[in-house]
Amino acid sequence: MTVANEKTALGFFEKNKPYIDDLKHTVFLFRKSKLTMVGFVLIVIFLLVAFLGPLFLPYDPIAQNFAVRLQPPSQEHLFGTDQFGRDIFSRVIQGSRMALWIIFLVSAISGLLGTTVGIIAGYFGGLIDDIIMRITDMFLAFPSLVLAMAFAAMMGPNFTNTIIAISLVNWTTYARLARAEAMKVKEQPYIEAIRSVGAGTGRILFLHVLPMCISPVIVQLTLRMGTIILTAAGLGFLGLGVQPPTPEWGAMVSDGRNFLVDQWWISTFPGFAIVFVVLGFNLLGDGIRDMLDPRLRR
Amino acid sequence: MDKRGNLLDVRQLRVIFHTYRGLIKALNGVDLWMDKQERLGIVGETGCGKSVTAQAMMRLIEEPGKITEGEVWFENRDLLKLSEDEMTKIRGREISMIFQEPKSSLNPVFKSGFQIKETLLNAKKATPANAEEEVEKILGYVGMDASRVKNMYPHELSGGMAQRVMIAMALATQPKLLIADEPTSALDVTIQAQILELLSDLTQKMGNAVMMITHDMGIVAEFCDRVVVMYAGNAVEVAPTKELFQNPIHPYTQGLLRAVPRVGRPGELKAIPGTVPDLVDPPEGCRFHPRCDYAFDQCKNVLPPLLEISAHHYVSCYLCQKDGCPSAKKAGEEPW
Repeated sequence: MTVANEKTALGFFEKNKPYIDDLKHTVFLFRKSKLTMVGFVLIVIFLLVAFLGPLFLPYDPIAQNFAVRLQPPSQEHLFGTDQFGRDIFSRVIQGSRMALWIIFLVSAISGLLGTTVGIIAGYFGGLIDDIIMRITDMFLAFPSLVLAMAFAAMMGPNFTNTIIAISLVNWTTYARLARAEAMKVKEQPYIEAIRSVGAGTGRILFLHVLPMCISPVIVQLTLRMGTIILTAAGLGFLGLGVQPPTPEWGAMVSDGRNFLVDQWWISTFPGFAIVFVVLGFNLLGDGIRDMLDPRLRR
Repeated sequence: MDKRGNLLDVRQLRVIFHTYRGLIKALNGVDLWMDKQERLGIVGETGCGKSVTAQAMMRLIEEPGKITEGEVWFENRDLLKLSEDEMTKIRGREISMIFQEPKSSLNPVFKSGFQIKETLLNAKKATPANAEEEVEKILGYVGMDASRVKNMYPHELSGGMAQRVMIAMALATQPKLLIADEPTSALDVTIQAQILELLSDLTQKMGNAVMMITHDMGIVAEFCDRVVVMYAGNAVEVAPTKELFQNPIHPYTQGLLRAVPRVGRPGELKAIPGTVPDLVDPPEGCRFHPRCDYAFDQCKNVLPPLLEISAHHYVSCYLCQKDGCPSAKKAGEEPW
């Protein structure tokens, strides 16, 4: 009974030592890669701005003030003002929140949908696989922006429909990835081994096949977050995304088109914001891949 | 129906594989049976259907393979007639299996302790509260430093350690039958001996029956109570281990034993002439007849039945019915 007593006497840190060691190792790997750190810092800045920025806006991002129309960047208006006299700095910051929402919701919806459909197709194969893959082929037959435009135009341009449209375009990538992995994994001896010790289909699918498929999907999710912003910005640019006056980066770049020669700042700063976030996600995505792969870990 | 073994009775099991080259008749009516706590060896060349037999018993045959005929009586149930859900409950809880490649038989993304724990919880042999302790206990049984090994990923384990983890996983649920499919083929000779000893000790203590699939006559001699010799999808001879080595009757068994090198008797190694038949187009009748020195007309037409020619000694060969048994002595050679 001394053993049991010792166990209860152990503190939180001793008890969870393996997990803490694991975490430390992850952090170590993370810090070793400089580019990942750059991506990480960019994304942290993005998240901070999105969460806290709107609380400290110098101007109302929607209020129009024709007295200060088309002002170049100055002390007063850090990024200048647009054709309605709105402060572009405030609008870029407010727009980050919109971008974050779109990324989060689209990734969650399309990632979940794609992975589930993909592992089912890959694991069961046969007719189920054929049907699902032909459906993804149909989605992949169109350029993603064109398809997203079609969905957005069909359902009407607003925030919810932007999310749905981009998710519908995106899930096929994850489905194909998860399917390819599932097909590879189901042939592995350990799947047979785990069946022989009594695991059912659901258990094999979600406990043993899913984790093996998830790492490429997560990398793709992080890499795709950049693309999602680009697609959202593209829809916004074409007027099919979030509607004005809500600040959205793509729509803001579009606003500045007519003034590009003389008032470069209207399009440039939201454009920089897009570059900043897309780059951050791409660098971070690569780093996360290296960390999540147990074969590269030790 | 009278059963030949009180744990397992496999009757006329037939398995085919549809391939591009044609229909592979992998199992051609296999018969074997086991008693509780018995250790049965299944020997034969590569491709003779040893592993397929085990997989078919567990219903783990996947496309393009198919079980076309037969019965697998396990205690009082015909496993081939159970639903998939019922079969899932048999696997692991009543019949477990360990494989040739221990390292690839463990899921690389989970720590070994977690995999044993999952198996335990799945088979309801532990509660979430005491699972951790059970895992440590079981890893202790297989001779490992539990606190260290349970936090290791499969790629950090050596082959022998991985096989110990597999054994721990397979025996954790206390199955009545453990099928060991060439458990030592991928391991060093010294480790082989350790693993065999471990299997032997543990199954004796826990009272599991073991079906040992191997092509190593040495393992059979050391480990098994009874042996089934398979050739090209048939059980050709079934006998207690000692009897089989002293008095092999089927010409194939005799050949198999002569092909084993022995210390102190150089130059006696003899290969069986010819090659294993192509199972897409196997020979009619006894599948061994093209390679058999004693073959006569009857052998070429109908497959000989597996008959008991002396106590517990079954042979599928017409020679026994014709003019007594073609024992090795008769052929003027010393047996094993």
